[in-house]
Amino acid sequence: MNGMHTPLNHVRGLGSAKTGTTHFWVQRLTALVNVPLALFLIASLLALVGADYPTVRSYLANPLVVTLLLLLILSGTWHMCIGMQMIIEDYVPGRSAMLALLTLNIFFSAAVALACIYAVLKIGFNS
Amino acid sequence: MKSAPRLQSRPLSPHLQIYRRTMTMTMSIVHRITGAGLYAGTLLLAWWLIAAAMGPDAYSAFRSFIGSWPGKLVLLGYTWALIHHLLGGLRHFTWDVGRGFDLPVANSLARATLIGSVLLTIVVWIAGNSARGVMSL
Repeated sequence: MNGMHTPLNHVRGLGSAKTGTTHFWVQRLTALVNVPLALFLIASLLALVGADYPTVRSYLANPLVVTLLLLLILSGTWHMCIGMQMIIEDYVPGRSAMLALLTLNIFFSAAVALACIYAVLKIGFNS
Repeated sequence: MKSAPRLQSRPLSPHLQIYRRTMTMTMSIVHRITGAGLYAGTLLLAWWLIAAAMGPDAYSAFRSFIGSWPGKLVLLGYTWALIHHLLGGLRHFTWDVGRGFDLPVANSLARATLIGSVLLTIVVWIAGNSARGVMSL
């Protein structure tokens, strides 16, 4: 076969995307780090029950809290994006609908992540 | 790949009508459902953080929602989903290191996930209610 020819299935985007192992690994890594971070979140929320606004604000401005929240946001949104990708790929009929939802998934995850990161940094830098 | 001019409907192999609902099967789909629920629930987390960043007025608006009955229901659901998905994740880690594949062990892990999540949710909510006296803000 002439070395300049690309197999047709490659051109058509068929076959494995070859990112399966990466996804599996990243999903496990983010899951691992999410365990202590989620426990930290629950503990923080319990500590802030009934607290007034200045207390909440000063807690969220603490550098350690800011760092842990940023880690939680990054790891959590990445984990949820990959997870939702699996759900979409499994259940959505029709290629165009699936591609549209996969795109929306990435946009939603990124938007939520950025909004949370901005809020956390805003509190952290303004105290 | 030739795209067919119209979708040919082919019969699906029956599954839900046939297979016995095992604990492992049920917990597997619940793991996925809690994951999807948490995905939607990040909006709640984002609202909390953005409200805290915007100022006391925005924060009171968030507070009155979270203190209302629908808000508390959402928060309870989110708490349970988070804890259940976390425990389910630990179950998956057990399998990832190659353990817990025997059927009795797998069934116990599945049962422990559900019982554990319900118990821990109750513990967290009792702790929340007793932490400064009232949960309603």
